[in-house]
Amino acid sequence: MQTHQAKRVEITIEAIMQSRLSEALIKAGVTGFTVLPVLGGSGRSGAWVRAGEIGRASGMVQVICIVRAENVDKLIEAAFSVVERHIGVVSIVDCEVLRAERF
Amino acid sequence: MEQILTLAANNLLSPIILSFALGVAAALARSDLSVPEAAAKALSIYLLFAIGFKGGVSVSAHGIDAKLGLTLLAGVILSAALPMVAFGLLNVMTKLSRLDAAAVAAHYGSISIVTFVAATSVLESSGIAAEGYMVAVAAAMEAPAILSALWLISRGGDGRRMDSDLWREILLNGSIVLLVGAFFIGWATGEEGLAEISSFVVAPFKGVLCLFLLDMGLVAGRGLRGRSGALSPGVLAFGLLMPVVGSMFGLGAGLLLGLSTGGVALMMVLSASASYIAVPAAMRVALPEANPSIYLTLSLGVTFPFNLTLGIPLYVAFATALTGA
Repeated sequence: MQTHQAKRVEITIEAIMQSRLSEALIKAGVTGFTVLPVLGGSGRSGAWVRAGEIGRASGMVQVICIVRAENVDKLIEAAFSVVERHIGVVSIVDCEVLRAERF
Repeated sequence: MEQILTLAANNLLSPIILSFALGVAAALARSDLSVPEAAAKALSIYLLFAIGFKGGVSVSAHGIDAKLGLTLLAGVILSAALPMVAFGLLNVMTKLSRLDAAAVAAHYGSISIVTFVAATSVLESSGIAAEGYMVAVAAAMEAPAILSALWLISRGGDGRRMDSDLWREILLNGSIVLLVGAFFIGWATGEEGLAEISSFVVAPFKGVLCLFLLDMGLVAGRGLRGRSGALSPGVLAFGLLMPVVGSMFGLGAGLLLGLSTGGVALMMVLSASASYIAVPAAMRVALPEANPSIYLTLSLGVTFPFNLTLGIPLYVAFATALTGA
């Protein structure tokens, strides 16, 4: 089966910022992304688990976008304008997709 | 003094406080006891609806007087002013940065609705009436403190912007909408409406509050276990002193307004409590560089348990003694 090269951008960000990030991505022309809940983790601000949090202040979510390589800079620029000052991780990996016309 | 101690002892041995203590103890002992996230959310929705509805019914029964507007105004002023007091105390008592101090201060101007709900339950058990519109005062005191904190930061030359989304999130957060909405439903339907649903909003109230506080105890205990290292002795002392200082401002406002004993006690509770839902969320957006481990642990792990166990009986006793009830 033929596959096509693409970039997978994973943005782990505070839940409170998710709607702002989604808006920025849509404005930047990103046509699709997936938001996943994060159950817990550990970082510079210490360990946490979702079950131990109250409210949305300290929970995290992960936003996953798969885009063509030529669109990745625009995406990262839009995402960074939102996440720059906040807790989170942005990573980019190469991936392969089956239906290139969808990305 | 004897009255205060008796009230404190009765409060400490109530099922509500003991449920909270069980949650804290279980979390500190690393038990796997937990309340499912969706169940905790449902419990909080029930409590907010019930307290808002009963407040509205009380206003419909007793009518509106001029004090309502003045009490709302006093609540807004207290919420805006208490962060200045907290900020001053933090500067004296701790070595927190200006940013962290302002973020902490915002929490102490805003309110904890769970502390308010627990206080109304204590007042009901003691047969002390309070103005029904104190529910609306609680809602009005959520947001002004956030503006004060941002103003404190901007005075240091670090201007912060409040975007429209943040305004909407603060003013229309689910808790406020439900509390105020239920208040208006109770106001509109009055005693007849209450009679229709009293078996749902009155009888199970304390049992539901017990379960909710069990969950709050678990959350507070986990926070203390995991993040207590973030608090220096000075910050810890602030978390115990500030509620007492805040309650004195509430006491003064309540007495000046001529509120009932229950109304004065609730004004003290509102002024003494610290937010751990609305303000942390606003601070993460507006002041992301401020350390959440400090302000969350302080408001939820220190001030909330203090108010729940010792603060509420203390405030009720003071209000009772000074209003001559």
